[in-house]
Amino acid sequence: MGGCGAGARRVTGRFQPRSILPAVPAIEAKGLERTFEGGIHAVAGVDLEVADGEIYAFLGPNGAGKTTCVRMLTTLLRPTAGSAQVAGFDVVADPGSVRRAIGVALQEAALDPLMTGRELIRLQATLHGLGRQAGQEKADALLERVDLVEAADRQVGTYSGGMRRRLDLASALVHEPRVLFLDEPTTGLDPVSRRTIWEEVEQLNGEGTTVFLTTQYLEEADKLANRVGIIDFGRIVAEDTPGRLKAQIGHPHLEVKLLDGGLERAEEIVRRFGNPLPSKDGAVLVELPGGASEVAPVVRALDEAGLTVEALDLVEPSLDDVFVEKTGHHLEPDEPDTGEIE
Amino acid sequence: MTVKDLRVVAALGARSVKQTFRRPQLFAPIIVFPSILLAIQTAGAGRAIDLEGFPPVDSFLDFMLAGAMIQSTMLAGNSGGIALAVDIEMGFTDRLLAAPISRFAMVLGRLAGTAALSALAAVWFIAVGLIFGAHIQEGVPGALLMIFFVVLSGVAFGGVGAAVALRTGRASVVQGLFPLVFVILFLSSAFFPDNLMLEPAATVAEYNPLSFIVEAIRDPVISSISWDVFWKAIGSLALVGGLSIWWSALALRRRLRTGG
Repeated sequence: MGGCGAGARRVTGRFQPRSILPAVPAIEAKGLERTFEGGIHAVAGVDLEVADGEIYAFLGPNGAGKTTCVRMLTTLLRPTAGSAQVAGFDVVADPGSVRRAIGVALQEAALDPLMTGRELIRLQATLHGLGRQAGQEKADALLERVDLVEAADRQVGTYSGGMRRRLDLASALVHEPRVLFLDEPTTGLDPVSRRTIWEEVEQLNGEGTTVFLTTQYLEEADKLANRVGIIDFGRIVAEDTPGRLKAQIGHPHLEVKLLDGGLERAEEIVRRFGNPLPSKDGAVLVELPGGASEVAPVVRALDEAGLTVEALDLVEPSLDDVFVEKTGHHLEPDEPDTGEIE
Repeated sequence: MTVKDLRVVAALGARSVKQTFRRPQLFAPIIVFPSILLAIQTAGAGRAIDLEGFPPVDSFLDFMLAGAMIQSTMLAGNSGGIALAVDIEMGFTDRLLAAPISRFAMVLGRLAGTAALSALAAVWFIAVGLIFGAHIQEGVPGALLMIFFVVLSGVAFGGVGAAVALRTGRASVVQGLFPLVFVILFLSSAFFPDNLMLEPAATVAEYNPLSFIVEAIRDPVISSISWDVFWKAIGSLALVGGLSIWWSALALRRRLRTGG
């Protein structure tokens, strides 16, 4: 299943609507494949199109092919079939131009624990052709941006997981890349560190950077991404905005728990408002096409029938529902760490 | 190679040197172990110079100095390989490969670091030797020539470490070369004159390229600079260095092609 061009921009939160969509996508892949020795088909034909300025999330479990795909798009691995362009440059024919246009923060924050944070960013600046003075200024600015000024001259080995990820992110921004690849940027992080990274990603995107991230966290994809591609066994099995993906699964449903029984009577009543679902744990379930706006009429109807509502819950379809629908299994991400300094 | 590439190589070389000083297990084999071995052998086998056929030297320290230097530089090459393999294991090399730099700059940077460490080691052993009574017959030019050969040896043997690291991607495998380093050292004239060895070690040592390199480092200490010895060492270094760097390039190309 393939990609779908420039996604709609989310207009809530920090994101601004795009008035003009450029002709050249930030990332475009056609039939991208990678087979490893032994015939392991890690990526089995990915079609992808990410618009300039978009945040695109690859959602999938460990071993789904996310990282292999990122490694091909960042020129670290040659595809065995298909083609890909990043920032308008072919990843095989013109890898140098791709590398100049991208920033990469790979899984597990590939940082040298013996280097200091400042040394790492200065080295990254040298790798991208910045002179000594420019590299120093850039390091100062980026360390301040990710709130690592005080830890700048400490060895990375003393950093917490969250600090390492922030440093990794900062180092990927040295040359102000047009497209930023983040491979599982928050895997293993505690919730506070995770939110800090999210805020930084949103800010970067607000400044015009296209972000391609992989994640195994549903919440991360839901919160950050303009569009989500669900990848499983090396193929994209679904792709759209989080809202539209969830809408494909169905409407929100209302769970009503009554104080003193009357389950059958309640089921008759709620049937008038939408498609009834099998009751669960003593609660009556009904799909509400109108969502929250139809909750009050349901409650009123139950009240008029003499049934007392103990609790009710309007449940929106989640990306997990989408994931289960598309792949047949739940997404089980790795456990986050405790935020302890290693 | 562009100016930018040279800056990258210098930056990676500087990182390599700092990394060695910050990780004792990388630093110890370069300075500490050869110094200890030098002290033990000089103290314990000093009367070996009285053996018939032993090269004319003032002291066993004069003879051993070159052996300690070449041991240090071989272990520096091995440590550099271990550090490169650690970089591969922890994904640091991906950071370099995702940057717009020459692919081989990654290897050259590591070799530049090994060369710098070898120079430091050479200066250390010359200083230690002079403090403990060694005498360099050819004076300052001789000392500079020793440093020159030690630095080239660092690049040549560093290439072997780099090649194994790139081929296997595993620090434990590169570390496994340590015993091999000593086998090669003892089957050369690094620690004992080859003409006093028993067969077949004597023949192996006579044709071991390491012996030619050691002789060129030893020459300015115990006699005078000989062009014959000089060119044999250059040839040996070209052979070892050429092969090791060619092997490194092949291993890197394979790694890039297969992704691991």
